[in-house]
Amino acid sequence: MTSKCTYRQALRDAIALEMERDPRVVLFGLDVDDHKRIYGSTEGLVERFGPGRCFGTPLSEDAMTGVALGAALSGLRPIHVHIRADFLTLAMNQLINMASIARYMSAGALEVPLVIRAVVGRGWGQSAQHSKSMHSLFAHVPGLKVVMPATPNEARGLLLAAIRDPNPVIVLEHRWLYDVEGSVSDGDEAMPIGPLATLRSGSDVTIVATSWMNVEALRAADLLARRGVEVEVLNARSIAPFDDERLIESVSRTRHCIVADNDWLHCGFSAEISARLMEKCFDRLASPVSRIGWAAAPCPTARSLEDHFYANAATLIREVEKKLGLPAADLSHEEFDSYEHRFKGPF
Amino acid sequence: MSATAADLRAYERVYLVRRAEEAIREHYSEDEMKTPVHLSIGQEAVAVGVCEALGPEDRVFGTYRSHALYLARTGDTDGFFGELYGRTTGVARGKAGSMHLAAPDRGLLATSAVVASTIPLAVGAALALQQLRQPGRAVAFFGDGALGEGVFWESLNYACSARLPVVFVCEDNGLAIHARTERYQGYSSIADVAERFHCDVHRSDSSDVLEVRDLVRRALSQRETSGRPVFLHLRCYRFVEHVGPAIDRSWQLGYRVEAEFEGWLARDPVTVARARLLAAGTAEAELAALEAGVDSRVLASLRAAQAAPHPEPRELLEAVFA
Repeated sequence: MTSKCTYRQALRDAIALEMERDPRVVLFGLDVDDHKRIYGSTEGLVERFGPGRCFGTPLSEDAMTGVALGAALSGLRPIHVHIRADFLTLAMNQLINMASIARYMSAGALEVPLVIRAVVGRGWGQSAQHSKSMHSLFAHVPGLKVVMPATPNEARGLLLAAIRDPNPVIVLEHRWLYDVEGSVSDGDEAMPIGPLATLRSGSDVTIVATSWMNVEALRAADLLARRGVEVEVLNARSIAPFDDERLIESVSRTRHCIVADNDWLHCGFSAEISARLMEKCFDRLASPVSRIGWAAAPCPTARSLEDHFYANAATLIREVEKKLGLPAADLSHEEFDSYEHRFKGPF
Repeated sequence: MSATAADLRAYERVYLVRRAEEAIREHYSEDEMKTPVHLSIGQEAVAVGVCEALGPEDRVFGTYRSHALYLARTGDTDGFFGELYGRTTGVARGKAGSMHLAAPDRGLLATSAVVASTIPLAVGAALALQQLRQPGRAVAFFGDGALGEGVFWESLNYACSARLPVVFVCEDNGLAIHARTERYQGYSSIADVAERFHCDVHRSDSSDVLEVRDLVRRALSQRETSGRPVFLHLRCYRFVEHVGPAIDRSWQLGYRVEAEFEGWLARDPVTVARARLLAAGTAEAELAALEAGVDSRVLASLRAAQAAPHPEPRELLEAVFA
């Protein structure tokens, strides 16, 4: 059975489901119990489960991440929430030096059922410290899992998986996805962490995308389909572990691949995907793997600069045209960045 | 007052820690213990005194200088030496070494080489105890050097605001690596500062393990009434260098003062505890037998570690994830 809901509702429903099912699940972080409730994703939780299991914290990201870890080692299953992924830089010691090694350094004696939720911002001047994604950075470190749900169904399924996982899992949620509506499984089944998801099948070129870039990839695929170009869109919803089987199968068939990452390119997840393709299906590639991502600069505030900082569906269409030797289509009448009509900030 | 079995046990643990670390000093140059050691020689009364006041339900967290804490909490010399020698008999099968010694099944959950990093873990463990309505307290050991880390202050603040069952143990040896503690402190007494927080503060500069134990017992008993976190400022002294096996008499470097060293040496924790037991009527022969037992246990564990197998390469990728 499925029903329709938004990404934010899917997040909230998954948390409520697990808090109901397992009394060890607790949720805390700045603003989780204020009047705004992390864009509504923690709505109703404090009323339903009480301030002992859902509570705000001081502005102490470093210590509160350690608190979450210590609680996870002592029988709770904490979910620590951050309204921007950029704030995780304050928690790097606890995540990279402590949470990722706790099991290994105990030779498997300890389990670390810890979930970190963080929102990736974009647009309306989010600028350099409210826009980072951080997934490449965390995925680099053994012992951490990283997922980026791109649909409401994934938000539910991956968050359920993260909460039930005995390892630290970082869940990165794009701010622009919060209003996206989609059909969501009603059951309590978790989604496996690791495999890619096929969002659209096609035979001419594979676009493998992360997070919001899946929305752009699907838009590009729609417009290209009008010209007879069939794009396969694969959603890399699990960054670590990253099970590349489906990707290798797809690119072996389409022979062209564009990686659309919601991140900088240098030393980023897009480079990892590109390397895997080179290692595992080099002889099937008809063109070099292309990478689309952020400009090599901090994210600027001014819209005229920001438009060039981020890639979008138009960027992807131009890259496909280049790969397949197609003429550049006139896109001047097409609408891009439609999200801007809904998102008027400030946050 | 005559010595109790608990008093004897406390002395045995102090003596065990000393003998185990002296054995490390004797064998370190053989290059078989390939792990940086931060010895506790001189500080034993703190770790043992605190642990002797705790119960099995308490959750303890330590630092990279945790040999004393590990042995005080577990008494396990086999897992200890196995770990230092990097063998499969080690408590973490050689993955942890000296700087990450822990025994989760005996309530020593984690230690860390990054200063102050386990302090918030203890606060989190206290949160779990409170939330799950379990008995016990979470205990964070840290040195005076950790007071310079922001996470110490964040953790203290949060624990006090949430009234968590946590015990902060500031093991103040007066030395932050190679500097005198006061060089980097913008206040004169951490205990005075801690008193401005909503916690129960206790101080001691005793090197007598029984005095430390009894102080901690009183502190924990007071906490039952106050419901507040406990902050223990326990002064001590280390006779060894920051890292490595040498006794540190490097007065010329300026961060140690000879008179201070000699003053603490005159009340060395092992000597003090031994004299106190003798004064309480324990027979010299009984202490000698206890010590001989510890000596042979340490030697047997060290020999067993030297003979134990090294981990197989396949273990490298084990326990990265559950």
